[in-house]
Amino acid sequence: MSESAPRSATAPASPGPSSAPESIPVPAAEERVAAQRGVDLARWWDRVGILVVLVALVALMVLIAPNFASVSNLLNIARSISINAILAAGLTLVILTAGIDLSVGSILAVSGVVSVLAAVGGLPAWVAIVLGVVAGCLAGLVNGILTAYLGLAAFIVTLGTMTALRGLAYTMTDGQPIVSNTLNFRDIGNGYVAGIPAPVVVMIVVYLVIWFLLERTRYGKQVYAVGGNAEAARLAGINVRRVTTSVYVIAGACAGLAGIIFAARVVSAQPTAGTGYELDAIAAVVLGGTSLAGGRGRLYGTLIGSIILGVLSTGLILMNVQFFTQLLIKGGVIILAVAIDGLKQRPLRRQRVRAAGAVT
Amino acid sequence: MTQDIPLLRLEGVTKRYGATTALDGVHFDLRAGEVHALMGENGAGKSTLMKILAGNVQRDAGRILLDGAPVEIESPKDATALGIAIIHQELNTVPAMTVAENLALGREPRTRWGSLDRRALLREAREKLDRIGADIDPRRELGSLSVGMQQMVEIARAVSEDARVLVLDEPTAALSRGESLQLYRLVREMRAAGVGLVYISHRMEEVWELADRITVFRDGGYVGTRERTEINPSDVVRMMVGRSFDDLYAHAPRQPGDVVLDVQGLTDGELVGPVDFQVRAGEVVAMAGLIGAGRTETCRLLFGADHVHGGSVRVRGREVRARSPQQAIAAGLAMVPEDRKAQALFLDHTVEDNIAVSSLQEHSRAQVLRRDSVRTAVKRHMRQLRIRESAIGLPARALSGGNQQKVVLARWLMREADVLVLDEPTRGVDIGARREIYELIEELTAAGKAVLVVSSDLPEAIGISDRLLVMRAGRIVAELDSHTTTEEDVMSHATGTATSPSGAHHV
Repeated sequence: MSESAPRSATAPASPGPSSAPESIPVPAAEERVAAQRGVDLARWWDRVGILVVLVALVALMVLIAPNFASVSNLLNIARSISINAILAAGLTLVILTAGIDLSVGSILAVSGVVSVLAAVGGLPAWVAIVLGVVAGCLAGLVNGILTAYLGLAAFIVTLGTMTALRGLAYTMTDGQPIVSNTLNFRDIGNGYVAGIPAPVVVMIVVYLVIWFLLERTRYGKQVYAVGGNAEAARLAGINVRRVTTSVYVIAGACAGLAGIIFAARVVSAQPTAGTGYELDAIAAVVLGGTSLAGGRGRLYGTLIGSIILGVLSTGLILMNVQFFTQLLIKGGVIILAVAIDGLKQRPLRRQRVRAAGAVT
Repeated sequence: MTQDIPLLRLEGVTKRYGATTALDGVHFDLRAGEVHALMGENGAGKSTLMKILAGNVQRDAGRILLDGAPVEIESPKDATALGIAIIHQELNTVPAMTVAENLALGREPRTRWGSLDRRALLREAREKLDRIGADIDPRRELGSLSVGMQQMVEIARAVSEDARVLVLDEPTAALSRGESLQLYRLVREMRAAGVGLVYISHRMEEVWELADRITVFRDGGYVGTRERTEINPSDVVRMMVGRSFDDLYAHAPRQPGDVVLDVQGLTDGELVGPVDFQVRAGEVVAMAGLIGAGRTETCRLLFGADHVHGGSVRVRGREVRARSPQQAIAAGLAMVPEDRKAQALFLDHTVEDNIAVSSLQEHSRAQVLRRDSVRTAVKRHMRQLRIRESAIGLPARALSGGNQQKVVLARWLMREADVLVLDEPTRGVDIGARREIYELIEELTAAGKAVLVVSSDLPEAIGISDRLLVMRAGRIVAELDSHTTTEEDVMSHATGTATSPSGAHHV
């Protein structure tokens, strides 16, 4: 810009070290083009990017381990990812509102314990299952109320409930697993429906329901709105607190279901169940392209994110990669996914800087 | 006096932001031991000038001279080193730290072990506060003090840093009467001590009480500098306004009908109110006033966006329990907020979602969206507002400012609100979209809607409205007929210099 020329004409008498100007305003048109390019890239990645990664990964696996593509192996992978995928489905709603839920792993344990205790106590299977889901909802309700109505940071609230609910699971079981080989709802973890593992069927149903909620109902639009701009959502007439609370309840319900499946798979109540699962679930959501800043993301991305993590784990096992190395690789993939999310946001951030620097 | 070299001198200083020129070759000079008031309407360029002096932004052209020698102010650190201190409207302190710690910020005394010397810290703080005669306990947490006392602490810091040029930006905006008097005394003392003070204020009374000279900016340009003794307040107002109307605001005569919006005694218990006013069907009422007069706050209150302390809001005679925007909207109110990007738009979401967000209930059955119905309605309102239809799937971010504003307006057209509250609806909007927004207001009033517009653009406020409410210090101080009033009239009420009894009740 030519207007900087006269500045050098004056004799600089500045005693401090000369620093660069903080923000040089960029001509509006240029900025808009850059922003538009960023938007296009983000939309392209949202649509197909994650799918490309999955296809490439599967192709790689088939090349390296020919037995990878067998039907039984694929069904195994599907079953192994179902618990994480169900957790991640609920978590997607939370993250879409710019929240976070670290307690889903602990909710999983509590719900499993509740259902097993109910079944062992003689209640019918469906009642035991419902009680487990209700327990998950109640835990989510606590998270939601503390976050939405008391205005506490979701990270801290759910860090607290993560610990407290783990304690509750231990308390309810006296710290010991409760094994019941005759568990009446064991089929939900081990059975098959038309040749498909039951947990996979549950997972599919969960995804269909939440997809419908997000894409086809008023509620779904409100979830996106709250995450996109909470203040604008409030001024547009959305009950932001209620929507915020509800996403934690749904995440709790999903964690409850996951806990029941977990308990059924191991035909016991394990107070240690689901430890660390919240991180895998968050990884799946972020890998699926949902922004931790809220308002942007798709449920189907979360499903693909879960599948990628599952394929990666199974593939690494098939390749006889050491467990320690597996962790290194999984961690790298997660960081890569977050880095891509950051790249997507860069043009937006720059625009924000410009807006902040402008003056009437 | 005039043959002296001024303490600070600005020559032909220009600042551009993209295509906007915030300052256009302005002049300003400041003598040691004077209070020089800088006046102008909102957007006149005062704050830009201040940012240049503070080292927060860099000028694009012109010279700054201190004691006759050209200087560069490239960072706030440079400004401090040159002896220039700025007391901002938003205070530049750390509320969670004590007064003493704030006073020593960046130059804390150390013991010989290198740890913080608490005793020296307190002693120095007491000395600094004593120098300006402020009776404040340096051990108190800064955030627990009133805004006025916090300001005193900032001034104490500036004085302790041996500031030779002190810029005060609307220093009394948040002060009580007593605190203001204390500030005046301090200003006079500093003047007597040879400090040059730049005093930015909208309040004519205090400018008249303190200033030796007055410089006026308008639309980023330099209008003139006068000795205070040579002029009177209405001269200053004329210098500040000094524009003529054009037919940008031309509108057909309106026939206001029944009262639609009735506000009585509305207050937030702090800055705003009690405020009473009414808006009729087919009528446009504008709210004028200076920044901080409480216009935006009043709008937010009646829309339920902030906590209402008392008073009532009625729409078509029915009381609105407007404790939340949700309830206000249900009662037929709509608000286009001041900052559309932060408060109205979902920048990453599509234009369709942005427009439909407040009308989803009307377009769903048992919570399930009727997507065709949504799309048809959205398209209809896009056509009405002349937003190109191909934009329907674009993120709001990709639109120009004018089109973004039209998206927000379309949201409320789709909601079929009865009362539209438009807070600075044309800010940052180009002239074409501006005209379209005025035409939309025309259509709305023709359809019997009540429109309340907040505008800092005086010609606009007068030009598009039927009646004008002037706010000052949280109250409505005058109600003027837009067809007969003048900008000078409005400004004199807004700044509190009105002498004519034209419907004004002072507080």
